[in-house]
Amino acid sequence: MIRAVAQALLSHWRRHPGQFATLVLGLALATALWSAVQAINAEARASYAQAAALLTPQDQPVLVPRQGDVVARGSYLALRRDGWPVSAVLDGDTRFGGVSVTVMGVDMLSSPVMPDDLGDSAPDLGPVDLLTAPGIAIVSPDTAARMQSDPDGPRLILSEQVPPGIVLTDIAVAEALLDRRGEISRLFLLPDRQGRRDWAQVAPDLQLAPSRAVSDTDTARLTDSFHLNLTAFGLLSFAVGLFIVQGTVGLAQEQRRPMLRTLRALGVPLRLLMLCLVVELAALALLAGVLGLGLGYGIAAALLPDVAATLRGLYGADAPGSLTLRAPWVLAGLGMTLAGTALASLQSLWRLAQLPLLASASPQGWARAAARSARWQALGGLALVLAGMLGTVLFDGLLAGFALLAGLLMGAALILPPVLGQVLRIGARRARTPLAQWVWADLRAQLPGLSLALMALLLALAANIGVGTMVSSFRLTFTGWLDQRLASDLYITTDSDAQTQALRDWLTPRVDGMVPIRRVETRLDGAPGRIYGVIDDPIYREHWPLLAAAPMGWDQIFDQRGVLVNEQLARRAGLGLGDPVELGAGWSLPVVGIYSDYGNPEGQAIVALDALLARHPDLPDRQLGVRVPDGTLPALMDDLRDDFGLERDAMVDQATLKAVSLRVFEKTFVVTGALNVLTLGVAGFALLTAFLTLWTMRLPQLAPVWAMGLTRAHLARLELLRSVALAALAFVLALPLGLGLAWVLLTVINVQAFGWRLPMYLFPLDWLRLGGLALLAAALAAVIPARRLSRLPPAHLLRIFADDR
Amino acid sequence: MTVDRRRFVLGLGALPLAGAAQAQGFAGLGTDAEGFALPARDHRFVFPRDHAAHPDFRIEWWYVTGNLTDAQGVGYGIQWTLFRSALAPETTAQPGDGWTSPQIWLAHAALTRGDHHHVAERLARGGIGAAGVRSAPFAAWIDDWAMLSQAGPEQDALDLLHLTARGSDFSYDLGLRAEGPLIFHGDAGYSVKSPAGQASHYYSQPFYQVTGEIRFDGQVVEVIGHAWLDREWSSQPLAGDQSGWDWFSLSFDSGDKLMAFQLRDDGDGFRSGSWIAPDGHTTPIGDRDIRMTPLDHSRVDGRRVPTRWQIDLPARELSVTVTALNPQSWMATSVPYWEGPVRLKGSHAGQGYLEMTGY
Repeated sequence: MIRAVAQALLSHWRRHPGQFATLVLGLALATALWSAVQAINAEARASYAQAAALLTPQDQPVLVPRQGDVVARGSYLALRRDGWPVSAVLDGDTRFGGVSVTVMGVDMLSSPVMPDDLGDSAPDLGPVDLLTAPGIAIVSPDTAARMQSDPDGPRLILSEQVPPGIVLTDIAVAEALLDRRGEISRLFLLPDRQGRRDWAQVAPDLQLAPSRAVSDTDTARLTDSFHLNLTAFGLLSFAVGLFIVQGTVGLAQEQRRPMLRTLRALGVPLRLLMLCLVVELAALALLAGVLGLGLGYGIAAALLPDVAATLRGLYGADAPGSLTLRAPWVLAGLGMTLAGTALASLQSLWRLAQLPLLASASPQGWARAAARSARWQALGGLALVLAGMLGTVLFDGLLAGFALLAGLLMGAALILPPVLGQVLRIGARRARTPLAQWVWADLRAQLPGLSLALMALLLALAANIGVGTMVSSFRLTFTGWLDQRLASDLYITTDSDAQTQALRDWLTPRVDGMVPIRRVETRLDGAPGRIYGVIDDPIYREHWPLLAAAPMGWDQIFDQRGVLVNEQLARRAGLGLGDPVELGAGWSLPVVGIYSDYGNPEGQAIVALDALLARHPDLPDRQLGVRVPDGTLPALMDDLRDDFGLERDAMVDQATLKAVSLRVFEKTFVVTGALNVLTLGVAGFALLTAFLTLWTMRLPQLAPVWAMGLTRAHLARLELLRSVALAALAFVLALPLGLGLAWVLLTVINVQAFGWRLPMYLFPLDWLRLGGLALLAAALAAVIPARRLSRLPPAHLLRIFADDR
Repeated sequence: MTVDRRRFVLGLGALPLAGAAQAQGFAGLGTDAEGFALPARDHRFVFPRDHAAHPDFRIEWWYVTGNLTDAQGVGYGIQWTLFRSALAPETTAQPGDGWTSPQIWLAHAALTRGDHHHVAERLARGGIGAAGVRSAPFAAWIDDWAMLSQAGPEQDALDLLHLTARGSDFSYDLGLRAEGPLIFHGDAGYSVKSPAGQASHYYSQPFYQVTGEIRFDGQVVEVIGHAWLDREWSSQPLAGDQSGWDWFSLSFDSGDKLMAFQLRDDGDGFRSGSWIAPDGHTTPIGDRDIRMTPLDHSRVDGRRVPTRWQIDLPARELSVTVTALNPQSWMATSVPYWEGPVRLKGSHAGQGYLEMTGY
């Protein structure tokens, strides 16, 4: 019997291959976007974990100073002379090969941290290479690809085991790269043997470092928001995908209802029938899940290089550009598909279980039930929006932002059908002709069946408007900011301080002005940061983009009585004008201005050059910003190369620098844009499914209208109109929702995630384009049912009156 | 992985007696092709300066071996070795500071009993202070192992030493008192290592009386005995065709002593040595004057190692068999080799130490 039942059930899909494809595709799409996001997150997180594991191997006790961040050489020696096997480590952040990196300097003679694949990339490597100048620097191929080669620097050795953004090298090389000669930041306490005495007695100034969880690392903390962002997008796509599944499963069940009734009437137990349906759904889910995973893997692999660029651009965090397949990811993806299918089919299965053996189909019945619940739905939606707002009070930071977003979006989605219902009721009241009245009434009747698809469309449109507004506002602000910030015409980097001096002498008669660009890498508010030293020049007084400034702020800077900080540092450390900032041991100045500094994850401060030189006398002098008379730049660059002998790549003109910055910016939002488009695509697909679902149920309603004289072509046109009108309504409602979303993104999420707040700009042309797209999608979704309708044999319509379906 | 890397770090030049062959004709310049100083026949030893390190040479060692007995007459051997290996030339005038120093220090310690051989190893970088040798007051150390001079101002710094080392399963704490002068091998300390003329600076203190205690298996054992210290430095790596060497330091009951070694190669090899009279008078032994013949082999660490030898020195009417106290005296260190105490029988009775590499 099972076989017969299964054959009967499956025959449905044979007769409706399109429906089958829709179901599988919908599920696969939902799974794909969700698992793509998961794969990207997992890859990036694995990379952070790898970095953390390399910096602090698991189960490896580490001794750190009780105070400060330098292990006294005396303590290291005392431990060794007592017989303790300790291995010195010096680590820190710096720029190396033109790239921001974390340098991990280990004693290569005793370090427990050493990749074992070095022989692959450098089989000739010997002790002399490892331990004597210029030494070696072990980096991942990803990092190496971004680095400029330096013939005088340490030899680059590639290893897949070193995480991106980390340079593993000998401690002798590290102290030179970090300019921290003679310093040790921590000691690995190796398990080989014990000393004569307790180590705590030998070196009382040291303590065991608390074992760090991966999530506590700086990188993980910084990038959490980004991954949360991606996850939210993935979840949104998944939800939209489930709307498709729900629609299709509902349709299939609706169409199979006579068959199911027949099977029941033939004596198939309900339990068996249900079991067969569940097994059928599970099989479909598995098939779609596998398809979706494949698709998701493809999407993730395609997006990952851009994600890596984003993480680097926004947070300075390094993620690999390539993907590995992870078993937990596969299982979680399939699990999500199965759970999602179960969720989406629950309603249909429940209805089947309740199905009276001889009941006839009555979509109007659902509609009436839906109308009753409309009020509750509206109230529920309002409650959700309020809960989201309450969330901002209850939670801190990013979580509050996402609570607000979730409440707003889900609440609005719930409110949509009642609001649409209300709009349609008002429309119906104003309708004059009988046909118009029918159209309005018909729309209202269809609303419950379409509401899920319309919710999906609303969410996708709102997300699109919100994210689009955010990105465009950011771009506009960023471009203006670049114009201000890049005020010099030409930027030159030299090889040595002496060359800079020679260059200065050479340039003086030829240019309008020049400023040195000099900085130290240091720690600000407990995190890596930079302090720039500037000279009094109109370039700063007139152009520097300040968000807040004390009166006479620049005068105070040059009198060495104040400091400028970037917005990130000000927000992170909670600094306002007049607050003191610690710039080094025993050196603190009050904030006299806050400047915007987009695209930089680190804290930054600006002081007078003289003040910085007083603290860092050996500050390198290797960069100049130069202003030239209009039109003389190309000639000057040629002269610099031919007469002064400067390498071409030592010079960057303003236009190129701007172009590069903008390119980085665009790359940063490629992922957001891609996910945006994909979500909208899924929503369009959901709408199509909904129309197809309703199609069969609509015939009993269309037949009488046709019988009254309306042509099939006319009906088909009305069908198109109906779809477009609903989409237009959804869009009109999505607009304020999307703008609300953009506001939350710009003023809450961005501040938490990146450390800067952006002004919001409106882009009505973008809305028009999006609205057009939505209408087009709705029209396309209605084209198939409309075409079917216009070609439907009249006999079919006539039969409606004869059959009770 | 770590062990492999250490082996790889030390594979180049840290082994003793790494002399011989392939003279490249730079000897006259005083430095070899890579900028290291080369031993000179006219070098005049000055102490305590020459007890300390010579960082401009590639390799150098402070090497103590001792034959000890406890109150019950049970025999033991101890070894204490500190090697210095320079990865790049460095002059004494400009010692490499901090981690940039090219000096690598390696130390081996062993305690040999009839049925057990305890081994330990230490590794450190120069320039930091975890290991080194200083001349006044003389001290050679690496981590918690040390050889410290306790000699008075009128004595040679090496006349009275305090020697300590510690492994995971043994340790020793010994006092060494010299009862004779320093002796100089070869031509007044210029010791030729190959027919091509390559050489090292090589002197010894073979006259130590030892008292102290050794610890193993939770026991503390009082011991007395004799010890022998070798000092040697050079810059020349082992030639490609030299497979290893056999080195003997033997003390006869008559009070005479013999240092002899042979460098094995594809052909006849190269032998050299010194006959040391009880008063310290030293006579060099030439390549053709001495014979060293393996008599029996033992399976050690999967290798076939000769642990019983016949030594013949016709000029001194010497013909002895040399037998290992413990044939399993294998130094399972990053560069493994055999080293242990030996007993002598035949024309002369006595005891000594044997080192064998390249098996």
